[in-house]
Formats: sequence, structure tokens, C-alpha cells
Amino acid sequence: MTENPRVLTKKDFSSDQEVRWCPGCGDYAILAAMQRALPEIGATPESTVFVSGIGCSSRFPYYMSTYGFHTIHGRAPAIATGLKIARPELDVWVITGDGDALSIGGNHFLHLLRRNVNLQIILFNNQIYGLTKGQFSPTSAVGTVTPSSPVGSIDQPVCPARVALGANAKFVARGYDVSRELPELFKEAHAFPGTAFVEVLQNCPVFNDGVFDLITDRKSGPQHQLWLKHGEPMITADKKKGLRLNPKTLQVDVVTLGEGVSESELLVHDETNSTLAWLISDLPDVKALGVLYRDPSAPVYDDAVQAQVKMAKKAGASADVDALLHGGHTWKVS
Amino acid sequence: MQTSSKDVKRELLDSVVIRFCGDSGDGMQLTGTQFSSATALMGNDLATFPDFPAEIRAPTGTLYGVSGFQVHFADHDILTPGDEPDVLVAMNPAALKVNLPALKQGGQLIVNTGAFTSANLDKAGYTSNPLEDGTFEPYRVLAIDISALTLQSVAAFNLGAKAAGRCKNLWTLGLMFWLFGRERDSTIEWIRKKFAKDPNLAEANVAALNAGHVYGETAELPQGIGIYQVPKAQLAPGTYRTISGNDALAWGLVAGAKLAELPLFYGSYPITPASTLLHALARLKAFDVVTFQAEDEIAAVASAIGASFGGAIGVTGTSGPGVALKTEAIGLAIATELPLVICDVQRGGPSTGLPTKTEQSDLFQAVWGRNGDAPLVVLAAATPGDCFYMGIEAVRLATKYMTPVMVLTDGYLANGAEPWKIPSMKDFAPFPAKHLTEKPEGFHPFMRDPETLARVWVKPGTPELMHRIGGLEKGQHSGNISYDPANHEAMTKLRAEKIARIANDVPEATLDTGEPGGELVVVGWGSTYGAIKQAVAQVRAKGRKVAHLHLRNLWPLPRGLGSLLSSFGQVMVPEMNNGQLVKLLRAELLVDAQPFDKITGQPFRIAELVSEIERRLGAPTTERPGVQLQA
Repeated sequence: MTENPRVLTKKDFSSDQEVRWCPGCGDYAILAAMQRALPEIGATPESTVFVSGIGCSSRFPYYMSTYGFHTIHGRAPAIATGLKIARPELDVWVITGDGDALSIGGNHFLHLLRRNVNLQIILFNNQIYGLTKGQFSPTSAVGTVTPSSPVGSIDQPVCPARVALGANAKFVARGYDVSRELPELFKEAHAFPGTAFVEVLQNCPVFNDGVFDLITDRKSGPQHQLWLKHGEPMITADKKKGLRLNPKTLQVDVVTLGEGVSESELLVHDETNSTLAWLISDLPDVKALGVLYRDPSAPVYDDAVQAQVKMAKKAGASADVDALLHGGHTWKVS
Repeated sequence: MQTSSKDVKRELLDSVVIRFCGDSGDGMQLTGTQFSSATALMGNDLATFPDFPAEIRAPTGTLYGVSGFQVHFADHDILTPGDEPDVLVAMNPAALKVNLPALKQGGQLIVNTGAFTSANLDKAGYTSNPLEDGTFEPYRVLAIDISALTLQSVAAFNLGAKAAGRCKNLWTLGLMFWLFGRERDSTIEWIRKKFAKDPNLAEANVAALNAGHVYGETAELPQGIGIYQVPKAQLAPGTYRTISGNDALAWGLVAGAKLAELPLFYGSYPITPASTLLHALARLKAFDVVTFQAEDEIAAVASAIGASFGGAIGVTGTSGPGVALKTEAIGLAIATELPLVICDVQRGGPSTGLPTKTEQSDLFQAVWGRNGDAPLVVLAAATPGDCFYMGIEAVRLATKYMTPVMVLTDGYLANGAEPWKIPSMKDFAPFPAKHLTEKPEGFHPFMRDPETLARVWVKPGTPELMHRIGGLEKGQHSGNISYDPANHEAMTKLRAEKIARIANDVPEATLDTGEPGGELVVVGWGSTYGAIKQAVAQVRAKGRKVAHLHLRNLWPLPRGLGSLLSSFGQVMVPEMNNGQLVKLLRAELLVDAQPFDKITGQPFRIAELVSEIERRLGAPTTERPGVQLQA
């Protein structure tokens, strides 16, 4: 950014702490993407705060040279909300995981999104509990074999994007750890006024290795990745398949282009359409990536808080404590 | 004023205890509050005790739906809402059944005969009608069909039967105003304000109030029912108001934030009996107060911690079950050494317990209720007005020592009201919070003030001082994550020492009443203050060497407490719980403190304390002096 007199680089956002994720962990790539994105946004380390919960992902703040708060399991959205209300001018990022946000912190996740507090929340989804050594998580597929589910998990998973849409989130995006587009997604999230939710598919090489290979592998990936662009038809990265609305079922069908299907029949992405976002958010064979939904017109929570404070002060209400204590009926004893 | 109460001859009384009781939908809390306000404005000292069921509208006429409000007012300084009522106002049979046993023998009883239908008598479990079966013989009775008289008085307003019937509490209040010589002005003003949107309803209520008053003036009152005057109390000069504990605490927090020169953030989740703290603070946005109604108790404290991390003073308020939920987060504030104020308006426990009844239930939870060695500061307010001072003190200690501070009050203080001499902000020395802005040599976030041991407080946004904090153990000399065994021990000791040193910054242990070295000292904390003080005064009046010590600082305990207590022959600890302070005193001070518990959800009566003190003292003897206090 030209208006920033200091030219900052990735290095300015790296702390002096040794990064302690397992070798090959997807978190390294996400950290690098963030450190790359922040200087391009024009962020400064002093005005940026990373707030995290508990889990592998939540060690993230220690590796940033910004302000950081590694809090307790599931509660980062609530702590970040308090921080943002008290200090609306700060640039606040919440770092969380599938267990942290969708299990123990599910309630706070829901309420952060519905309030539309002006911050970014990045959910590292590796479909497993890493830090506690490999139990199934709320996003694990049914049948996942783990120490706590030796013959396969029986819990139905949730789709994070759908939880977010259900909670009335106004910005929902998805990427994956090693994708080149990730810094761009973080920038889009940052630019959004309100809560910007980004799910990052993240590989855990120790407890759930390869769970997203179909989507992230260089060979198979292009057939399964669908990068969304506002106003453009929905086509997979290999240009072979697309999404078409089936008017009879009101579902989205994955169709192969050329076999009697032309591009003009495909759905065109409208990121302001929450119904469309819902339809494409949890497809069986194709992963919609990029910005699924964006509604920048929604009221922002911290703005509304400040507006009420401003109104109270403008209304001429005295901020004199003595006057407060003398309000109502009083009497004198002499 | 239309009809002055001053022209008639009134019997002078020095103090009166009145209990209003009826269905929870009968408006008894409102009647009691209005009677108290009018009484305060007339210059009496007073104390109140609202007692209501947990159900918002319990089925009408049932025993468990009975709501009561007791007010004690006098021409002298009083400290409790009184033991036994002199006057009982019962709006229906259930209210009578529940409350009649409390009425003083020979006391005055006012009953609404209109509610004594056979259905209501059945619901209250009466097999015969107490109006007719001699139940009332020990009392002076004024039996009136208040229901019918109320309907008559508002007939002109065409309210409909239900709304008209609801006016009966104001009719009753009007009658009570006449009997005790109170002025109606403030209540009339209040009615017109409350029903501003429906002037017809407002005037109907005013008419009911006036009709009750006129009834008292004109009706021939039965033998034994007199009209009274309670002269003004001799209170210290100053400007007074009535105040409830929750309002006082809310305003104390605002005053504290002002003295600390910090914005106040209050995160809370609605819970009885703490919700009115949230309501009070939500109206004070102009004072740099932001309130946040969180999604749950955990989010409430977590948001407050976030605000404190941001450089504001974060406060959360709740009751015992809420503190239980907040516990892990409070531990985070202890580990990260952030200022935080937790207000615990205690109620009966465990679990949901007795939501609307009072209990000193959470001392253990406050002092010891967290994982790890996790010390914080615990304060307890003694009276509704004292909540104001505790609110200020909590903000002062939290910001000066970078620590969570828990303020214990209870349902009795929160809802009770008393005349309060309004202090002036000029009387409080400011204690501006210090945020670090310049980078010191060797900066890290756990650098400490060598004297207070408080760590530095840096607001995010400050250049050059970026840092990361969290719940993991930190290196004492770096602030970085540390699993070093010796460091953890050192940090645990440091956290304990920081809190222990606060004893040097709060008043030394002193006796509220009496002299060291007596036969017995009664040690109290929290809302039992008034009852204990008066009980001790009564026993002392009989010449016994009894003293009263009241603790406002529960953790750390005040300096000199052990030697002071040890100077007495006996240490008696009355508590509205199963013995919590008594165990803390024994554990910390090795004194032979003995419990006296009351766990009924009701405050101590003075009389029961007096008889227990006297039982413990036994026959007077000159050969039982306490140990001489060492200098």
C-alpha cells in the first residue's frame, strides 16, 4: 500500500519464536500465506492482534510479531469480541480449528458470526484432533478410525461453511493450506466490513494424512477444485465440469461440459446470493473454493456499539458521577 | 398535597417493621418499594428485605407463589430489615398462611377479605376460614374487602375487571400511607411517569391510592388499630438517597473506572440476582461504559478479559452458577495477569439451588475454586451502600496489581435498600491506570514492578511493544512459553506473593465493636453485618465482653487478624452457609473459630444471634479473660 510510509515485508511479521508444528504440517503454509498477505494489506504489527483458542492451529499467534493472545479452548471468538468492542480500531484475527470452533467453542462461533463483529476468523480444518493425539473431530467423516473410535467414528460431520451460513455469516470463503490463492483470500477477508469467515482445508501429516488429497493433489486437484469468481460460470479448475441447477430437485448437479452441456447452462456465481452459497457449499465430488458468500451491506456490530455510545454522549447525558449519584429522589439531613 | 397527614393526633413510635405479602402477581415488591421511598423521603432510617419466589407468575393463590417485602423504618440508625414484623399486610389466604407465624404476638394484621374465597382457602390449605375461626385472636385485625373497594374506586375509568383488580396494591399502599403518616407525592409522581403512555391507567392507579388513603381517614378503624408517626432519624448531615446493592455496585464500578481513567466494559449473561447490574450499567453509555449481553457466562467473562487485554477495565457480573462456568477463564486472567473484576451476587446453591434466596454460598469458590494454584483478590460488601465502595476498591486493586478481583455480594444486599449518604467524588483519590508506552530496556510482557509485583500493561496498538500472552506457563525472565520445572515453581510462588502483598495495601484487621481480649468475638463477612452488629450491641448492653469483627477483605486476609482473634476466649463465625469462613480462618490462622450456620435462604435475625452468643458465653464470670493481645 502506497500510503504506508514503512515498507514492510513478510519478515516484519515473523516473531523470534521457533515454530513447533510437526514437519510437513499444513499450518506452515497457512502461516506463510498470512505473513505474505499482511504487508500487502498495509497492516502493521502494532495494530494487528491474533487471538486463538486451543489446539495446534492456536499456537499461531506465537509465530507472528504482532500482538497476540493464546486463550482457552473455544473461547477466542468471545475474547476477540470484547477486544474489538473496547478497541474497534485494532485489526483483529481469530485463529481456530475444527474442534476449537465447532465443538467446544460452537456457541461462540455461532454468536460471533450472527453479530457480525468486524474481524477475521480463520478455521484450520484438518478433520482431526491433533494436539490431543488424533481423536475424531466434528468434521471427521463417518467411519474415521482413531484411538477414541477404534472401529470407526459414528458421528455425522458438519460442514463448516454451512454452519457459518446457518449462523447468518456475511462473508464465507474457503481455501486450502498450500494453495497459491490463500494470501488473496486473507486479503479479501480483511477488506470485508464484518465477520469474515475463512475455512482452510489443512493437512495433518501425523494423524489424518492425505484427507484432502483428492482436492489438493496436483494431479487430481484440478478435477475437484471449483474456484468461484463473482459473475462467472461455475467450472472446475480443469475446465471439464460445471455446476447446473436441477429445477426439479432444487439441487446442484455436477455436469460434464461438452457431453450435450454447454457453458451457458451452468450456474453463474453470485456471491451476494446466500441460497446459492448454501447449494454449492457441500457438494460430494467438487469443492467450491474462494468466496462463497459476501454481503457487505449488513450492519457491523462494533460500529453499532460505538454509534449507541456516541448517541448517548450526544444526547447530552451528563457523564458526571456526582450527578449520577444525586439522580432521583434525594433529601438533605442537616 | 390534598390531604395532610399532619392534622391528626398520631401515636409516636420509634421503629416499625411492616411486611407486605401477596401473590407474586399482586405487586407486593412495588408496594414495598414505594412505601420505602416515601419513608426515606420523610427522613427515617430504613432497611428492606424483598423475598419473592423464583417463578415469575406462579399459579395464583398458591403457597409457593407468595411474594413478600419487609421494611423496617425508625427514628434512629438501623441496620437490618427487622426480625418479626409489627404489621402484616396479607393480600390473600396463601400469603397469610406463609407469613402469619412471623407476626409479632399482638401485632397488627391487615387482610384483604375479598380474596378469602373458598377456592383460595383450599389452595392455601385452610380447612376453616381464619377470618372466622379464631386464628386472629392474638392479633389486632383490620379485615377489609380491599378487592371490592379497589374496584369501586376505579369504576369511573372503565379499565376492565383484570386491570381494575390490579390496582389493589396501590389502594393498600394508600391505606398504609395514612396509617403511618407518609406523603403520597413521590408515589403519585412515580405512577404518572410509569404509566405515561396510558394516562387513564395512571389516573386510575392514583385514584386507587387516594381511595385507600381516604378510607383510612374516614372509616372507623377497629379497636387496637391506631395511626402512627415515626419521627425522623438523627442521621449524619449530608444528602441522602435510597440505594440497592446492585445499583450501588454498578455506580461504584463506574466511579472506579473514572478514578482509574479507563473505559469500563461490562460483559454479562442474565442471571438472578445479578441481572440488575447489567440493566443499571446498560443505561450509562455516556460514562464510557459499554455493556455486552453475551451468549453465555463463559463468553461474558471472556469478552471482559478481551477488553482488559485491550486496555479497558473488563468487568463481569453473575451469581454462583455463573462463576462456576467462568472459572477456567478466570484462571486465564490469573495466568496472563490481566485486570478483571468479577461480581458474584451470591444465591442459594449448589447447582440452580435457590435462585431468589440469599446465601453466602461462594466463599470457597471465590478463594479456592480454580484449577492450579490460582490466587486472586476477594472482597465482600457489608451493606447495600458499601457495594459502592467495594466497586471502586475492586477496580483499584485489579488495575494496580494486574489481577482478577472478585466482589462478593448476595441477593439480600442486591435487592435490599437503605438510605445512603451520597459521597462526593472529590473524596476519592484518583488512581490512574498506567499503560506502558515507552520501550524499557529488556522489555518483555512479564516485567514487574519490584514492589507490587504487577506486570506491565501494554495496550495493543502501541508501537515497539508487540508481545504474545496466553494460558501456557511463561518464563519469569522472558515472557515466552516455558516448561522449565523450576520456573513453574517460581511463577506459582510469584503469583501467590503478588496477591499476598496486597494485604499491605488494605486496612489492618480492626474490631467494628468492642475491645481486644474479651470473652468472645463474632466474626462476620458480607451481608450479615447489620444483624451481627446489633446482636453484639445488645449483648454488650448486658455487660458482656463481646466484640464484633467484620471482614471486607477475604483474600488476602487483613494483617493482624490472627493475633487479634487469638486474644479472645471464643471466636464465633455466623454464616449463611455450611461453614466456609470458619474453615478458612482455621486453616489460615490456626484459631479455634467455631461456626454458627443458617442455611434457610433467609438472613439472620438479631434475636437468634443474641441467644446463640449468650449460650456460648454461659454464665458471666470474671475468671475467663481472653489472652492479652500482643503489641
